[in-house]
Amino acid sequence: MGKSDNRVDEPTGTEFVGHEWDGIEELNTPLPRWWLYTFYATVVWALVYVILFPAWPLIEKGTEGVLGWTSRGQLAEEMSVADQARASVREEIARVPLERLSDNAPLMQQAVAGGRAAFQVNCVQCHGSGAAGSQDLGYPNLNDDDWLWGGDIRAIEYTLVHGIRQPGDPETRQSIMPSFQGILDEGQVNAVVDHVMSLSGQGPSNAAGAQLFEQNCSICHGPAGQGMRQFGAPNLSDAIWLRGGDRADIRAQILDPKMGMMPKWEDRLDPVTIQMLAAYVHSLGGGEDFVEVAEDPEVEVDEEP
Amino acid sequence: MDATLTRTGIWFAILLLCLAALANAVDAVFSVHMLIVSIAAFIGLIATVWNTEFDSVSRDVLRIPADTSRYDDDPIRWGVIATVFWGIAGFLAGLFIALQLVWPELNFEPYLNFGRVRPLHTSAVIFAFGGNALIATSFYVVQRTCRARLAFPGLARFVFWGYQLFIVLAATGYLLGVTAGREYAEPEWYVDLWLTIVWVAYLVVFVGTILKRKEPHIYVANWFYLAFILTIAMLHIVNNLAVPVSFLGVKSYSAFSGVQDALTQWWYGHNAVGFFLTAGFLAMMYYFVPKQAERPVYSYRLSIIHFWSLIFLYIWAGPHHLHYTALPDWAQTLGMVFSIMLWMPSWGGMINGLMTLNGAWDKIRTDPIIRMMVMALAFYGMSTFEGPMLSIKSVNSLSHYTDWTIGHVHSGALGWNGMITFACVYFLVPRLWKRERLYSLRMVNWHFWLATVGIVFYAASMWVAGITQGLMWREYGIDGYLVNSFADTVAALHPMYMLRAFGGVLYLAGAVIMVVNVWLTIAGKLRTEAPMSDARYDEEADRPAVAVPAE
Repeated sequence: MGKSDNRVDEPTGTEFVGHEWDGIEELNTPLPRWWLYTFYATVVWALVYVILFPAWPLIEKGTEGVLGWTSRGQLAEEMSVADQARASVREEIARVPLERLSDNAPLMQQAVAGGRAAFQVNCVQCHGSGAAGSQDLGYPNLNDDDWLWGGDIRAIEYTLVHGIRQPGDPETRQSIMPSFQGILDEGQVNAVVDHVMSLSGQGPSNAAGAQLFEQNCSICHGPAGQGMRQFGAPNLSDAIWLRGGDRADIRAQILDPKMGMMPKWEDRLDPVTIQMLAAYVHSLGGGEDFVEVAEDPEVEVDEEP
Repeated sequence: MDATLTRTGIWFAILLLCLAALANAVDAVFSVHMLIVSIAAFIGLIATVWNTEFDSVSRDVLRIPADTSRYDDDPIRWGVIATVFWGIAGFLAGLFIALQLVWPELNFEPYLNFGRVRPLHTSAVIFAFGGNALIATSFYVVQRTCRARLAFPGLARFVFWGYQLFIVLAATGYLLGVTAGREYAEPEWYVDLWLTIVWVAYLVVFVGTILKRKEPHIYVANWFYLAFILTIAMLHIVNNLAVPVSFLGVKSYSAFSGVQDALTQWWYGHNAVGFFLTAGFLAMMYYFVPKQAERPVYSYRLSIIHFWSLIFLYIWAGPHHLHYTALPDWAQTLGMVFSIMLWMPSWGGMINGLMTLNGAWDKIRTDPIIRMMVMALAFYGMSTFEGPMLSIKSVNSLSHYTDWTIGHVHSGALGWNGMITFACVYFLVPRLWKRERLYSLRMVNWHFWLATVGIVFYAASMWVAGITQGLMWREYGIDGYLVNSFADTVAALHPMYMLRAFGGVLYLAGAVIMVVNVWLTIAGKLRTEAPMSDARYDEEADRPAVAVPAE
């Protein structure tokens, strides 16, 4: 190592190396032992590690390591452990008819938890992390009591499976709100808007508006504007609005209606996950009771689940 | 006269070329950039035609005493001012994006949204602030430790101005929406080419000066500077290999794709940290710490071993940025083990810096510049321990993609790079402008404390934020399902983001104090204050080893 010129630095008692640059000199201090041995230790550790784990690039592929570990293998193992832990619950959820799930409180709790997790991955992008939707963008709030297409657990499941206005699925929820641009004149539009606002108590009605509503709107929205679920026609007589409830919003929806679209989740999520999602959305606050006969008389109800 | 004519012709040709490129540009940003280059060429042309003596103008503006028997310090004076200027610009941009993360309403579309200002911040602090500090100090150190004036004075000035043009093109490009999409290398192909030219000129000046040295040996600081300049040249060229869509437009496509591209980017990205922010700044440390402490370097042997081990090991550590990705497992393993082995070589620099204070530890109490250097070395040691730790796969599986990484780089950048640069600026300014001392050493002390407390707020809040984020992302409920949505984790970090921005305010406030102090020192003012200790300066000895020309 560096040659010492035998001069000794007084404060440290160490010899100088003998070089000098712009007044800077160097001491000939040996490498600190702890530093050197720690360095050696990291090198030894590295050598052991590259034997145990995949490390050396060869022509075809890298060495596989004595332990046979791979990152893909580790992921597959962790996923399969997680799946196994949930397997029995999923089997049970699959066995119980969805509308009977609430009879089994612990199972319902599991379904809601799984549904919440799936919701956070697949649904929050539109409906928001609190499922409150967005009035600006027309994504429905799932916490309130208004349901466009039905709010019992089976109806929610149907919407999830087939989506809303999903092209290519004949069973999807389908309807069209027509545009009244050019059909109603300016005065008529104002009259209808006044009437629609009066339905939810936001002002006085008028005879002309009531008549126009009767002729053009009540077939889907109902004579009192209470909405109609087979068309996904919103209830206009309450305080909940999908796309805003002031004059301008209602007017825009009459002249240039916007209609929401929801993807179908059949084939993208497995049936049990969809059932859990339905259970979660149903549990948010506005879930309605399932009335077997009213919804679909042909559903067979398994009395002995 | 002939030389002037030739130079005028060259400037004129460049101007015409740029104007032609401007007229035929295929996109608006490219024409804006050609306009900027045209303006630069026009200034060069006017200055040449009027035969302006650059140096005398700069001496007038900067109030620099002229003396040719001295070292060639003009580009260094410009560099110190540029360092301070770009530092403030970079810190402001950083504070702005920190505030955007707290209040998203501050995203002013499109020019000042987070996506554009973030690379502006990283490039401004690393390349504009750090780069100017490195170029200026390397020119200062290489002259003094070689006892020789700069080898190619004209080229050295080209390096300074060319580098500023690179910074302006990069910064305006980001705000106008240009990006090559490569971390720390966002400028497009033509700016990369320009930087390559400037960088090669830098290498020529630096190596030329070393070759004409009057000292038998090359000082350790110059090893580190040379490693930094050479490696950055290699990294820059390989990482930016690309095919332009048009030679008259900004857009280009990388020569690499897929995981090879990712690995190339992080090979570059990690070694930008290793050779720009570590090796280059260690070079600064190796000159300015012994000078300020007035003590010999602790261990020559350690400097040799840690230099070679550092530069050999660092270049392999990049893959640790790609743990648990499509990068093959073997490459991930190598990235990790090289990072672990890097721990002690990194610490060698810290030991050599701190132990140089042996016999002068009392200066930490009395000398605020030494205090800054010691704090810089402490943060260097901390972040070079944290780095290898974060490279361990099981730690990385928690930390990766979280704000912990942001905290880690800022404890290094604010603590190590920032503090050591501030200390060097305080060392250089009175010497470069031949002032008795700084305007105020007490203001240095204020700067020290504001910066230190700012870093503590920054790093601590980001540690908490990062670990919170990592734990929330992976949190499974008792039922076996993920508990949090991404938006939940963002909401949880809000208070930490406020604390981080507060730390940034403190750090910026310290830097503003530095601006005042530097400004008033250059203006020749001295604050009346109770004295603090500072290193002695022997002005007579500070000259190259050549005969002084007869008066």
